[in-house]
Amino acid sequence: MTLGRGRRAVSAAFVVACAAAVVLAVVPLVLVLGFVVGRGVQALNADFFTRLPQPVGEAGGGMANAILGTLTLATLAAAMAVPIGVGTGLYLSEHSGRPFASLVRFAADTLNGVPSIVIGVFAYAVAVLPFQRFSALAGGFALGVMMIPIVARTTEELLLLVPESLREGALALGATRGRAMLGVVLPAALPGVVTAVVLALARVAGETAPLLFTSFNNRFFATSLTEPTSSLTVQVFTYAISPYEDWHRQAWAGALVLIVMVFGCSLLARLTTRRLERMHRGG
Amino acid sequence: MARRAPSVLFGGATTALASAVLVIVSAIAVVLTIDALPSIRRFGLEFWSGTVWDPVTQDFGALPFIWGTLYSSCLAIILAAPIALGSAVFIAEFAPPWLGQPLVFLIELLAAIPSIVYGLWGIFVLVPDIRRLELALPDALRQSPFFSGPPLGLGLLSAALLLAIMVIPFTASVAREVLRAVPLAQREAAYALGATPFEAVRAALHYARSGIAGAVMLGLGRALGETMAVAMVIGNTPKISLSIVQPQYTMAAVIANEFTEAAQPLYLSALVEIGLVLFAVTLVINALSRLLIWSMTR
Repeated sequence: MTLGRGRRAVSAAFVVACAAAVVLAVVPLVLVLGFVVGRGVQALNADFFTRLPQPVGEAGGGMANAILGTLTLATLAAAMAVPIGVGTGLYLSEHSGRPFASLVRFAADTLNGVPSIVIGVFAYAVAVLPFQRFSALAGGFALGVMMIPIVARTTEELLLLVPESLREGALALGATRGRAMLGVVLPAALPGVVTAVVLALARVAGETAPLLFTSFNNRFFATSLTEPTSSLTVQVFTYAISPYEDWHRQAWAGALVLIVMVFGCSLLARLTTRRLERMHRGG
Repeated sequence: MARRAPSVLFGGATTALASAVLVIVSAIAVVLTIDALPSIRRFGLEFWSGTVWDPVTQDFGALPFIWGTLYSSCLAIILAAPIALGSAVFIAEFAPPWLGQPLVFLIELLAAIPSIVYGLWGIFVLVPDIRRLELALPDALRQSPFFSGPPLGLGLLSAALLLAIMVIPFTASVAREVLRAVPLAQREAAYALGATPFEAVRAALHYARSGIAGAVMLGLGRALGETMAVAMVIGNTPKISLSIVQPQYTMAAVIANEFTEAAQPLYLSALVEIGLVLFAVTLVINALSRLLIWSMTR
């Protein structure tokens, strides 16, 4: 059985190689997080959250305007993407077999794969050029477009988790399809839908490329939605490619805040999904 | 009758909202095409073979950006695919649940890190390390066309490495789903015939080959469109070169860097045309990979 031993050795080597691949895949996470936390914490202080950026050459200052800007943009994006995304998700789960549903599903997946910079160019053409100004509205539109497919597909998946018996029960009691959906199935899936929105928000809040030429940047607080508006991501980018030591420190702090926001949302979403799955699968 | 009205309304409203997704995708194609027309009319096919990118003389050729995009993305995929597939196999086939679950979570976290954060880490940590590596290269290697040029750190190698890191979690999680869709009976049959774990997995991989190809292509689509991280480390120089240590440029990066500076309509139009092609290419790649994955997991 020398052949057997050779085969077993090959197999063992393969398992070890796969384990090594996992280690290689996870190492960057440790490295990136290590640096962001290590350098970010050093630069983070109360000023960062409460002060405006200082002019070049003066130390200190913060990113209060950028944090507020990111929240504004995320809110605008959600206002656009939640109705369309949830509506699409409802449609897809209700008519999953129809050819039109397949087409919509395909369009949503396509939209999800469009590079964010292309969405930025589109938003520039639609929401900046006609008005001849960069604005929070244009930035929110760009992020909203990116959010729609994520909300739609996640909502669809979570609605499918709701047991068929709930819907059948409602229909048996004489409810119309729409009533059964809105009155029974959607409420049962609501925590899931909220999760989908949070997850999508986490993703778009970290986007930079679609904001570069839609919401642009602003050294001060934007006073209206039709003004250029700063965001954490664009501000981190501007600071990172600048030649100033102090701005680099602030960029790390910005990255840390960004990561905490994004991971916080992802974690929250994950916990809710788990609970939802356990609830409906009766685990 | 009155009770039916809300139901009809509900059906109509959700259909309308679902149609909005179709409208947006079509609108992107139409709007980009219209705005790219001046450039398409002016340069025609020469836009794609021209190597000069000069806003001052209004001469625009996009070949260096296409070259940089393809070169960096392909290099990234070559680096990422074995690692992504290896970890997908480990998690799906070999890891016990207590280890598999946390690993899935860690890989999800990797996918959630914003591209700007990878870029920041790239500029301040990866690029200096790559520069040191390039300085340590033996002279014999430096003579070869793949490593010629001054050791700047900024360049194709840094971009490809960063892209590989960013693509791994996507490809790995899709590949894991695909492997999970392989019927358990496949493996049981292999083991029953006396196969080693490697041989059983090889059979599963063979069964899942179209889905695995889809997972790798999905990663390629991501890499082609990735903007910020690449723009921050690739050096942004429109020059066609085989050398992986030299600065180059990508399609997404040139749009990000020059769009707000493009004062003349033709300049802007040329950038939009690059965006249009990026849109078309990622569309085709995504459609193909979805098709491949769907044929596996449906």
